[in-house]
Amino acid sequence: MAKKVTIEPVTRVEGHGKVTIHLDDNNQVAQSRLHIVEFRGFERFVQGRPYWEAPVLVQRLCGICPVSHHLAAAKALDVIVGAGTGDGLTPTGEKMRRLMHYGQIFQSHVLHFFHLASPDLLFGIDGDPALRNVIGIALEHKELAVQAVMMRKFGQEIIKATAGKKVHGTGAIPGGINKHLTQEEKEQFLNGPDPLNVDKMIEWSLGALEFFKGYHAANKDLIDKFAAFPSSHVSLVRKDGALDLYHGVLRGIDNDGKKILNDVDYQDYLEYIDEEVKSWSYMKFPYLRSIGKKDGWYRVGPLARMNTVDFIPTPLAQKEFEIFQAYTGGKPNGMSMHMHWARLIEILHSAEMMKELINDPDLYSGDLTVKGTKQKEGVGLLEAPRGTLFHHYRINDDDQIEMANLIVSTTNNNTPMNTAVNLAAKQFMNGQTEITEPMMNAVEVAIRAYDPCLSCATHALGKMPMDFKIVDKNGKVINQKFKNGE
Amino acid sequence: MSKVLITIDGKGFLADSEKTVLEVARENHIYIPTLCNLEGIKPQGSCRICTCMIDGRMMTACTTPVNNGMVVVTKTDELDKLRSKIVELLFAEGNHFCPACERSGNCELQALAYLYKIMVPEFDYIFPNRDVDATHPKLILDHNRCILCKRCIRRKKEAENPTWFVFENRGNHVKINFDHELTADMDDEMAQKAMDTCPVGAIIRKEKGYDVPIGRRKYDLHPIGSDIEGKE
Ligand code: SF4
Ligand code: NI
Repeated sequence: MAKKVTIEPVTRVEGHGKVTIHLDDNNQVAQSRLHIVEFRGFERFVQGRPYWEAPVLVQRLCGICPVSHHLAAAKALDVIVGAGTGDGLTPTGEKMRRLMHYGQIFQSHVLHFFHLASPDLLFGIDGDPALRNVIGIALEHKELAVQAVMMRKFGQEIIKATAGKKVHGTGAIPGGINKHLTQEEKEQFLNGPDPLNVDKMIEWSLGALEFFKGYHAANKDLIDKFAAFPSSHVSLVRKDGALDLYHGVLRGIDNDGKKILNDVDYQDYLEYIDEEVKSWSYMKFPYLRSIGKKDGWYRVGPLARMNTVDFIPTPLAQKEFEIFQAYTGGKPNGMSMHMHWARLIEILHSAEMMKELINDPDLYSGDLTVKGTKQKEGVGLLEAPRGTLFHHYRINDDDQIEMANLIVSTTNNNTPMNTAVNLAAKQFMNGQTEITEPMMNAVEVAIRAYDPCLSCATHALGKMPMDFKIVDKNGKVINQKFKNGE
Repeated sequence: MSKVLITIDGKGFLADSEKTVLEVARENHIYIPTLCNLEGIKPQGSCRICTCMIDGRMMTACTTPVNNGMVVVTKTDELDKLRSKIVELLFAEGNHFCPACERSGNCELQALAYLYKIMVPEFDYIFPNRDVDATHPKLILDHNRCILCKRCIRRKKEAENPTWFVFENRGNHVKINFDHELTADMDDEMAQKAMDTCPVGAIIRKEKGYDVPIGRRKYDLHPIGSDIEGKE
């Protein structure tokens, strides 16, 4: 008898997901799927609203990565108010937003690594489930737990100083920002009492990297082999090929490192990227048009970025990047668990960027906004913690949003996550009839490496496939209809 | 102008006989919450937020003239409960999504909700199906947020300007509208005035928003009424 194993909900992932593993008659894994069972209707919801509301409204689709949505929407609206893209803003506008963004990357990555992922590493996939969580970390590794809390706090204070609030602020407005940083804030961030100052953040970021590298050396099998697979990678890069999480051109490379998206202008993203809808998930499946539905999928996020960029423009992170690159001899790295390594390099880079920005005089004076010739349509992209985030808006003659299209990072990673789940399932479940906790956790570890934000990946009401069922009192399906989808 | 003696919350005050209870209370730094009332326009007593115990009866402070020997109680548990229910009902009756509203932090309705610590609504929300009129070059009317206080209509009737705003329809379908022809060449200052007349975010300016950072908005700094209360 074919069996179906369902694990739900996936724990320690932001939001909700459901995984189904289909076993065949011989208990071999036939197919594994990550289902997205929730959805939010933001693309519909914003229609008819005044366009300048978008950054404040759309960020509500996620309580976990609101800053990324806030900024991506603001970037799209920069185009609409005629302020151009990224570099069109005033130095103050652009740099305040960057500081907000790096604060967000920093705190989000820290949350993921210390709270969500490190229990898997420290206690192992087959570790005691009672310990293998953030409480376990706090009990057994007090220092790490304290650092995690303080690092998050620092990032959140940066967000508050730039956006007005730790969650769901209003800082970024079309064409710029609504405030400067104050001298008191500068003093606090640079020279605040330990540990809440930027130098301590850099020191701890380096410490976390050392911890990971030590762990890696002792656990090569897990880190290098678990859910490793070849793929293409996509991210924004600065025009000169540097890592730039806030603005750049779109670059894609294949598994051999060959460019398959050659530093293109993201205003034209629709020329390069399309999305497929499948009946079993609310989450769409993006792919590169030039390669096609079947093989055009790609990875985004920290690992993808380490693969696409040529260098990192801050010295300490650049050093770590060189070590990371040398590990695969400069070849693209497809090891899912190296996502954690890449994330830690970005934590360090974000800390260095924050320091650089806080020291920049443009944050303390200068014009906040610019406007130019109004446009009807605008696209805003940035590298969110979890990967490339697309916001696209079109407005009508009365300044109301007429169309919104969002491709969130987690959606970009849809096929990669399913691939990782399938690999983990095959590795840990094949031929077994007993479902053990470590087996199920292995699947979760694979998903968790991608740090999926499922709460914001399921926003496309009206476009997604729906499964309608009428069930009688005995649980028998008496009527069933599918809408959309394959 | 003749003077009368009245008692508010146990204290005696000498007041002009022409004034309302609300005016006299304000002059004496006693805060009575209001919503449909706006300084400079004739009170109409429709929102009932300013209800006080006046000579033992519940009456609206904004429309009741003072009288010799009058006894006013502005604050009791019962009155506070009444007021907070009125605020709750206004929330339940419209579509007020504070988080994304441009007037958040500068909205009288929201400020009152904070004042009365309204956390969980007791009433079922109606979620009415209302639209947004964005056809004017300077102003947007968001009917989702209108509490039908008529401040916009009343202000314009009294100033020398011809009436811009009107009510249209009846009963449940009443909504605000304004004369697009008369206001076709409205400048930014006039648009701002229209916006400021509205206690909520039902009249907002176009292409401008969120430019006052969180922390510096009107009610971020001082809760509603604190500019009146306790300034002896
Ligand atoms: S638009 Fe504003 S001022 Fe006019 S009735 Fe509605 S809430 Fe009152
Ligand atoms: Ni999210």
